[in-house]
Amino acid sequence: MTEPSSTSSPLDLGGRTFLDSSELVLNMGPQHPSTHGVLRVILKLDGEKVLGTECVIGYLHRGVEKIAENRTYAMFNPYVDRMDYVASVSNGLGYCLAVEKLLNVEAPPRAQYLRVMMTELNRLTSHMVWLGTHALDLGAMSPLFYTFRDREEALKIFEKYCGARLTTHAFRIGGCIYEAYEGMDQDVVSYCNFLEPKIDEYEQLLTTNRIWVERTRNVGVISGAECIALGVTGPVLRASGVKWDLRKAQPYSSYDKFDFEIPTGRNGDTYDRYLVRIAEMRQSVRIIRQAVAGLPEGPIMAKVPKVLKPPAGEVYVSIEAPKGELGYFVVSDGSTQPYRIRVRPPSFVNLQALDKMVRGQLVADVVAVIGTLDIVLGEVDR
Amino acid sequence: MEERRVGVDLKDAKEKAPAMPPPAEKPVVPAAAAPAKPAAAPKPAGPVPEPWNSAIPEDLRNRFGSAIKEANTYLGQNYLLVDRAVVYDVLSILRAEHEFDYCVDITAVHYPKRELQFELVWVLYSFARNERMRVKTQVKDGEPVPSAVSIWPAANWLERECYDMFGITFSGHPDLRRILLPDGWKGFPLRKDYSILQQDQDWVRANLGIESGQ
Repeated sequence: MTEPSSTSSPLDLGGRTFLDSSELVLNMGPQHPSTHGVLRVILKLDGEKVLGTECVIGYLHRGVEKIAENRTYAMFNPYVDRMDYVASVSNGLGYCLAVEKLLNVEAPPRAQYLRVMMTELNRLTSHMVWLGTHALDLGAMSPLFYTFRDREEALKIFEKYCGARLTTHAFRIGGCIYEAYEGMDQDVVSYCNFLEPKIDEYEQLLTTNRIWVERTRNVGVISGAECIALGVTGPVLRASGVKWDLRKAQPYSSYDKFDFEIPTGRNGDTYDRYLVRIAEMRQSVRIIRQAVAGLPEGPIMAKVPKVLKPPAGEVYVSIEAPKGELGYFVVSDGSTQPYRIRVRPPSFVNLQALDKMVRGQLVADVVAVIGTLDIVLGEVDR
Repeated sequence: MEERRVGVDLKDAKEKAPAMPPPAEKPVVPAAAAPAKPAAAPKPAGPVPEPWNSAIPEDLRNRFGSAIKEANTYLGQNYLLVDRAVVYDVLSILRAEHEFDYCVDITAVHYPKRELQFELVWVLYSFARNERMRVKTQVKDGEPVPSAVSIWPAANWLERECYDMFGITFSGHPDLRRILLPDGWKGFPLRKDYSILQQDQDWVRANLGIESGQ
């Protein structure tokens, strides 16, 4: 840059206008509360308008897939809880189902119902973390306190069931290791009774709140076709009007015996995704009630050998995790250790849609869209 | 002195503690209601892939002949093994004509002893048919694979991860860079010859200023 000569006026910028509208590159994160972990987003801006984004990920990469190749099937089971750590029960369910498929065994009905009960409770806690943090990002502080207070009660049930609150390791390959503790059915039903009015309470705070609606409606719009092209699944896909849920499309773990609906949205914006997740919470409560009422008697563990040696082969098994399709591609060479385990993480694939959703929007909307995608960086980076 | 005392205490505690917590009471209802399924132990030999007879492999065989090497079903899951030369065409036809509109996953498996070291796997799903299938192909080390980004935009990051972890290059990929590991990292961790404790020491020293990241 040349020094301005002493004779020129301070406003003479050598031909350039005073308001220079060149593009600005802004770095957001990796340590930023709204990125829900360690995500770095490089934003290209024109004023406040987003022209493009680039995600820099991998800060939490721990090489989970490599670890899997060096552990036995049973030893790897607790590791999967550390991927999506707010929905660890779902991770464990997907992994157990994949290895069970490879072993060609099926968990007994009682174990399947227990699994459904736990997984749906976990879907509730996952959605509550999402709602609290997402609302906090957009300036509504109270929902965080409400949801974390109510989530705590579910975590207490987890703790009583398997001793852990977050990284639960609740299931084993072949079924469940823990029988329902005494009084679990009452605990779960009273939690359902407790939670239903609380969901109404969250809605009272937000659904018709003018600021909330202004901040979320028509923000981060994505169509159903775009979601499919980008591989986006879960509530984001459903909010764009695609009625697709793996629990219905390809039922696993007895989900075909439960009566529930798939809530969908119309506009594919942040507000619809909020409504879809709230509706999903109500459906989860409905499923949990059915699981308690219909819990069959019988064993909770299928007959699996102490040392697991699945026959050589490969399978891909996926489940509907709170964030979308969570898949495990497991390759066995007939030994005690998996030859390869690939995790298909919903957060990783969904995050890819961020660029599409924020182009042309404002910087503040980037925060809204990261929140609405409901990513967990532990799962993105693995 | 102190140590000894602690040791004695521990020993006492052990003796006092019951051998095992009483197991949770199992329901005593006999297996009358439960189906016989849980009793079926896994067969030692394991299931074998069966031929996959459907319109899809038939159509592809008519077009590509012997380039479709296998079309099998294993444990109810269908997969194709195709030649690298036709994999892009196979994927485009599956997308355009057989409604496999959702590319679920792209990944690889490393078999260092084979001549064609890497097995690429595309997991596909069709919303219209509610059907899943896998397409596989085998490539040598260093041999490029055609990118599927033009068929499914979802392939972008999935292929980048494959490159990052295995060093497989995708020709025609718009932005083939590392994604999870830092840009300057050397080595591809999911290859079988990469030890679990191995890391790029030079990178760690230069960027983190420490001797080892372990």
